[in-house]
Amino acid sequence: MSDSIKLNYKITDEDFTRAGEASGDVKKRLRQMGCSPEVIRKVAIAMYEGEINMVIHADGGEIDVEISPEEILMVLKDKGPGIPDIEKAMQAGYSTAPDNVRALGFGAGMGLPNMKKYSDEMHIDTVVGVGTTVTMKVYQQ
Amino acid sequence: MTVKEMADSLGFKILNEAESTNAKKIGSVYCCDLLSIAMSKMSEEAAWVTVMSNMNTLAVASLTDVSCVILAEGVAVDEGMLAKAKEQEIALFSTELPVFEAAMMVGKAIGK
Ligand SMILES: Nc1ncnc2c1ncn2[C@@H]1O[C@H](COP(=O)(O)OP(=O)(O)OP(=O)(O)O)[C@@H](O)[C@H]1O
Ligand SMILES: [Mg+2]
Repeated sequence: MSDSIKLNYKITDEDFTRAGEASGDVKKRLRQMGCSPEVIRKVAIAMYEGEINMVIHADGGEIDVEISPEEILMVLKDKGPGIPDIEKAMQAGYSTAPDNVRALGFGAGMGLPNMKKYSDEMHIDTVVGVGTTVTMKVYQQ
Repeated sequence: MTVKEMADSLGFKILNEAESTNAKKIGSVYCCDLLSIAMSKMSEEAAWVTVMSNMNTLAVASLTDVSCVILAEGVAVDEGMLAKAKEQEIALFSTELPVFEAAMMVGKAIGK
């Protein structure tokens, strides 16, 4: 398995009920490829949180995933409002989620902290009014 | 205790039984409705007791591989959820009991 696998997912903001399908698909593939349960869990959590953030806080976007023997690279790109204060957004408990999505169980303000915790590397590029790109890596070893 | 044994003994309403999870062990009970907290705290063998009844609950259950989901307080479940539970092979139960009592029942049954 020397080649890497590249996957692309378009995330729409229309349908809340579908959020999680991209992460679910990646999880399924990693399992088929025989990745360790720990790696699968890390990728599933980190990617789901990023995916759902794109749906809730931006207007959807695109996720590129690259799976290589060394690592899983996830790049989540949206053209949403951007994050004015990353440090604040990264704080556990900080959330601007509106009431209608809080009613669905979101808004604990734990998504970004989870992404940080479960990825091995994470980087956020964001410009207010332009969009946000979150890059995460999970090492295979 | 397995999911199947729980289904047979605790009297919860079975909304979806999944062939693939029947033999799964229940090793812990977890209660929290906020998805991103549950997501990071639940272990794989957990029975998740919640009143949050929607598609996102199932997405989190599936991603974390919990043993089963128990919807407490008799919360309503829609057709879409049932279809999704079936498709994703998630064992789904419901009960009129409050979260704590439902969790206690499972906890006692697994010796916690
Ligand atoms: N892609 C994004 N675009 C714009 N803002 C974002 C994006 N992702 C996160 N944010 C901002 O950062 C805050 C914190 O995000 P985080 O995921 O930690 O919590 P949350 O989504 O509000 O709640 P939770 O993830 O616990 O359900 C959000 O409330 C939002 O203001
Ligand atoms: Mg979030």
